[in-house]
Amino acid sequence: MLTLSSVRAGYGSFPALFDVSLEVRQGEAVGVIGPNGAGKTTLMRVVSGLLRPSGGTIVMEGVDLARTASHRIVELGIAHVPESRRLFPRMTVEDNLKMGGFTPAARPGFRQRLAVVYELFPRLAERREQLAGSMSGGEQQMCAIGRALMSEPKLLLLDEPSAGLAPVIVEQLFELVKRLRAGGLTVLIVEQNVQQVLRVVDRAYVLKTGRIRAAGAAAELLASGTIRDAYLGV
Amino acid sequence: MAIVDIFLLEALLNGVLLGGVLALLSLGLNLIFGVIDVVWICYAELIMLGMYGMYFLYTVYHAPIVAAAAVCIVAVAVLGVLLHVLVIAPLLGAAPINQLLATGGVLFFLQSAATVLFGIEFKNLGLRLPVLKVAGMFVSYSRLLAFAAALIGMVLVYLFLTRTYTGTAIRAIAQDRQIMPLMGVDSRRIYLITSALGGGLAGLAACLLVLQYDVHPFVGLSFGPITFLICVLGSLGNFVGGFVAAFVFAEIIALGGLYLDLEWGYVFAFAFFIVMMFVRPEGLMARRS
Repeated sequence: MLTLSSVRAGYGSFPALFDVSLEVRQGEAVGVIGPNGAGKTTLMRVVSGLLRPSGGTIVMEGVDLARTASHRIVELGIAHVPESRRLFPRMTVEDNLKMGGFTPAARPGFRQRLAVVYELFPRLAERREQLAGSMSGGEQQMCAIGRALMSEPKLLLLDEPSAGLAPVIVEQLFELVKRLRAGGLTVLIVEQNVQQVLRVVDRAYVLKTGRIRAAGAAAELLASGTIRDAYLGV
Repeated sequence: MAIVDIFLLEALLNGVLLGGVLALLSLGLNLIFGVIDVVWICYAELIMLGMYGMYFLYTVYHAPIVAAAAVCIVAVAVLGVLLHVLVIAPLLGAAPINQLLATGGVLFFLQSAATVLFGIEFKNLGLRLPVLKVAGMFVSYSRLLAFAAALIGMVLVYLFLTRTYTGTAIRAIAQDRQIMPLMGVDSRRIYLITSALGGGLAGLAACLLVLQYDVHPFVGLSFGPITFLICVLGSLGNFVGGFVAAFVFAEIIALGGLYLDLEWGYVFAFAFFIVMMFVRPEGLMARRS
């Protein structure tokens, strides 16, 4: 579904990704784990078009994303829940969801999608008229995921969804990822919460200082010492 | 005592009427700043051109006044788009001071161009609208009309911003511009629409102001600084803040004008502004960050 080949990217003269290749197949949940500053967020930004790659190719179902205008990438079925959620804080929950369904293709199905999101997150339905910035961190994360789902994506990119949330909420969040997958959504998730994310995804890549250091089935990575090595830098 | 109260009420009412027009002026500038993050220093000069447009269409070419107003609003909206495409867009990545200087340059360019093209004589529509007497108070019909039209204009903008996808995107972009591509929003397109909207509001303001004031190349100086100060007082980019600040300013001017001269009203208003910059430098409606 999504294939990255030798992708390089950076900020100005500061390179953040070197030669990253990875693949996400239809229906899979794939994790990218690694320490702070490894380039995980950069990887997500490159896929969703917030940052243009300086080399390599990114192909989504045959379309080269590097040659697609960044605001058109969501129309290809990629929805990105950015790091620290990035809701529109002084807009209501419902207006935030409306922005998620902004694309011309998503507009006719707005009411229907809204009902789906509210069913998934009854809490958001209760708070539909509340300003998004006034909600708790967990509720904001739900709203951010709901907003992404409004575009009816095929591939959901989750960037550090568990950051700053209470353990109970984090557990609910990973349950939700399982449910979304069961519903047929493909998920690419970036996390520092390694132990938990590896119980949700099928496969994972270990990213460190901008390079893929290891890859494999989640269970194998969990069992092997690869992860400890990656974090401790051995 | 009763007579004084009538004068006070009349001044308060006139303050409200002036406030409506000032609120309309500040809305246009606030929209541009909130969305594009640029101050159109030459905003009032767009209004000046709109006023000339009204003068030529109505007085010289004898167009019906409503048709003239419609043409003016559209024409100034187009000027807003041109200003964005020719001056702002190329400087979006530049330092804010460069953008400020560039629109400042446009201000003097438009003033000089208007002097060359139209001369420095004061011109007006030659309309004599009646003065109404309501419950013992004198209210000018042109002010009432300007107030009503400004209010309708603002309500329409409000409905556009809250009810449509494009309007929602305009509010969203003012809160987080970096992630707009994730929503599928082409920011450049939103900037163009906002520039047209800001220009259209300047055009509407021109149609209303030309009912009350003569037009000349430097007429923008009568509205530009006060509009900018209102926006700053209401916290630049905050639509509600600008609305409130416009009425605060207008009442100070009207009440100052009641007890002294009209000019004193402006002196008080600007003094109030300076004091407020010490007391609440972030503006009346500053948000907690």
